[in-house]
Amino acid sequence: MVPTSHYLILGALLFAIGSFGVIFRRNAITMFMCVELMLNAVNLTLVAYSRSLNQVDGQIFVIFVMVVAAAEAAVGLAIIVVLRKRKGTLDVDQIDSMKW
Amino acid sequence: MELFVFYFIATVTVGSALAVVFTRRAVYSALWLIVCFGSIAALFIQMEAFFLGAIQIIVYAGAIMVLFLFVIMLLDPKTEVFQSRRQGLLIAVLTPLVIYLAAVLWRASVASPVETGSLSTAGGIEPLAKALFREYLLPFELTSILILVAVLGAIVLAKPHPQE
Repeated sequence: MVPTSHYLILGALLFAIGSFGVIFRRNAITMFMCVELMLNAVNLTLVAYSRSLNQVDGQIFVIFVMVVAAAEAAVGLAIIVVLRKRKGTLDVDQIDSMKW
Repeated sequence: MELFVFYFIATVTVGSALAVVFTRRAVYSALWLIVCFGSIAALFIQMEAFFLGAIQIIVYAGAIMVLFLFVIMLLDPKTEVFQSRRQGLLIAVLTPLVIYLAAVLWRASVASPVETGSLSTAGGIEPLAKALFREYLLPFELTSILILVAVLGAIVLAKPHPQE
């Protein structure tokens, strides 16, 4: 049996890579994919703890996270399509009308 | 043997995650993300969460990534160029990330004796369904409202507005 700490470290690594991508990529769609990566890292951690604590609740949370991720992907991609239509770009540096 | 399989899948996961971040074209990023989700599904199966492994592939690698690829092909984003003025920011961001990772590594090494042996039943679908439809029945029903609102929101957003 693989120790739980291995899965936790892998989850932390994936989360770090995902947040790095969100901060560094300028393309709105790629940033969005990195957010999905971060959600998956959290899912991995939840399942690892669910196995370690011998409880099923962590897996239930993962199901809810997946539902929220699906809803978020639908709305977020619709926003990106509208942004591209109105601004003509996906570069987040040029989408700054709400910047103070 | 199990550890070897874990390291193999973990290498694939981290490698494809890095490829998602560092590939210039959005289409290749999306394809690498599918590899990453697939290997996370393999990790779920290794942790005996079989149902989650299945819906990880069906929902994430299937539905969500197809949606992403649709939008990418619809919008055809240009190849992105990294801007040089962000180099200073790189150090400013990498430092907290390294500290964060170190903290997690330390916590994991301290908190590892929580192990309570292998569980044979928790990964199956039956205890999952019992918990989902008894204790978590209300949140489960509420997610249907969430999905309804998301669908309506997506339609309203993507609909062309006549006043423009």
